[in-house]
Amino acid sequence: MAEKIDQAQVRKVARLSRLDLTEAEVEEFTGQLSAILDYVEKMNELDTANVEPLAHCLPVSNVFRADSVKESLGTEKTLANAPQRDGEFFKVPKILDGSSGA
Amino acid sequence: MANELLNKDCKELRDEIAAGRIKSVAATEAVFETIEKYDPVLGAYISTFEEQALAKAQEVDDKIAAGEAVGGLAGVPIAVKDNMCTTFGATTCASKILENFHAPYNATAVEKLLSADAVIVGKTNMDEFAMGSSTENSGLKQTVNPWNTSCVPGGSSGGSAAAVAGRLCFAALGSDTGGSIRQPASFCGVVGLKPTYGRVSRFGLVAYGSSLDQIGPITRTVADSALMMNIIAGHDPADSTSVDEAAAPVCDYLEKLDEPIEKLKIAIVPEFVAGADEQVQKALTESIDVYKGLGAEVIEIDMPHLDYAIAAYYVIATAEASSNLARYDGVHYGHRTANPKDYVEVYSKSRAEAFGKEVKRRIMLGTYALSSGYYDAYYLKALKVRNLIRGDFASAFEKCDCVMMPVSPTVAFKIGEKIDDPLKMYLSDIYTIAANLAGVPSISIPCGFDENGLPIGLQILTPAFAEEKLLRIARMFEKETDWHSRKPLATNFHE
Repeated sequence: MAEKIDQAQVRKVARLSRLDLTEAEVEEFTGQLSAILDYVEKMNELDTANVEPLAHCLPVSNVFRADSVKESLGTEKTLANAPQRDGEFFKVPKILDGSSGA
Repeated sequence: MANELLNKDCKELRDEIAAGRIKSVAATEAVFETIEKYDPVLGAYISTFEEQALAKAQEVDDKIAAGEAVGGLAGVPIAVKDNMCTTFGATTCASKILENFHAPYNATAVEKLLSADAVIVGKTNMDEFAMGSSTENSGLKQTVNPWNTSCVPGGSSGGSAAAVAGRLCFAALGSDTGGSIRQPASFCGVVGLKPTYGRVSRFGLVAYGSSLDQIGPITRTVADSALMMNIIAGHDPADSTSVDEAAAPVCDYLEKLDEPIEKLKIAIVPEFVAGADEQVQKALTESIDVYKGLGAEVIEIDMPHLDYAIAAYYVIATAEASSNLARYDGVHYGHRTANPKDYVEVYSKSRAEAFGKEVKRRIMLGTYALSSGYYDAYYLKALKVRNLIRGDFASAFEKCDCVMMPVSPTVAFKIGEKIDDPLKMYLSDIYTIAANLAGVPSISIPCGFDENGLPIGLQILTPAFAEEKLLRIARMFEKETDWHSRKPLATNFHE
């Protein structure tokens, strides 16, 4: 039986998920995800043409609160877990390459 | 003497402490002695806070000695699953990506325990980000079952269940997205309650499947479950999905706990349960007989869509997870890869290095189900199936007070038995998942043992926000049986 999902699709989904998978993982996940998707398609036995989708069990609607000023976390607490910081900023690698000059 | 103390339930212990007959310091010391002795084997805790716990215990003892008022869990040593934020210690979710993460605030449920003067002992092991059914997916350590150390404790709240069963705390908080409180409670022979979605605040609970996640207690008795609910239930302005108390009032779950439900009507679902192991089915039948003996009426019903719960769940939960876990990007907190060549690698290498396999698998599955071209076939379809499952419960509850079924098709399985076959692991969640999809409360209580001495759980489900009734139904059974008072051999408490 054809696999539900092939290695190229797995690589694409990994890219969308921002996961650098190894070749071994791509191979392993292709088989496992195919098996899971095969199982999941069991849902197609059910006729859901006239069924509303249910995203949430509670009858939730927007919950509002007064737009009042409250204490915030503060710089030190916010930065306490930063992998790298520079003064009052989170430090990350350059987003633009050196030649762009933008 | 120490054992006698450790075998008390929270309610007894609290009353003794409040009366000044037992010191919280003594109870806390006894717990830490047990942890020191047995946790190297059980592996229930990721972190413990002995100094802080003893200081809190002393504070409670002093208040009581001075005649000051104390909270509802005063001096009782309690554990918290490591996916709830605490300002003390790390909040790891058993993931290498959060191994050194220190939360800037407490989860509301944790805050409520502290306000009730509970002594927080430590944070318990779990499947990474609560994704798993055996705690084998922890990125940090292994937890074993106190009844048989070659078996899994269940998951994902395996550390909490093992700690409660092994007397390494008096009660614990767990979280349940597809059975993660009830299944480990069942495997470890303790009581696990998944409240109605919205009953307990999720603020500070690290999100996995936001429309399914719910915090609840793992305890040794039904009374303790009620006691814990008295503390943690209620609306929280910080969680917009926690339910307004005007719409569904929180009550004192202990007040009428010992009053049986008159003319109790129980529904069973024979066709759905037929797939469970023989000994599990036998324990269920015998449990139903206990209720019959108490005058309950038992009816057989069909819930035709429950068989599709696993399929719907593993689409919905993974879709939500793929979105929730996008926040682990190596930018603001958590693991960052050492030498990224560009900003994309900050994300993709940090995540690849620090997430375990099951987390990657679920992110992949969820991303796929939400991706262009597949959304309708998988995600939308799953949401429709979810509605059908909710409908099954709605029609069931028109005919009965509660539904009873097993918690798991098997007792605790061997470590390593299912870890290489994710689908096989998923299928073990067959009986627990539907409650999360429908949002209804569900409890697991000890109802027997298999021939090898491993515990079996009975699952009871009621309509949304009927926890008071659910706990009373559970208590009816507990009063008639002594399964809950058996103690695991692995920690030598069977003396």
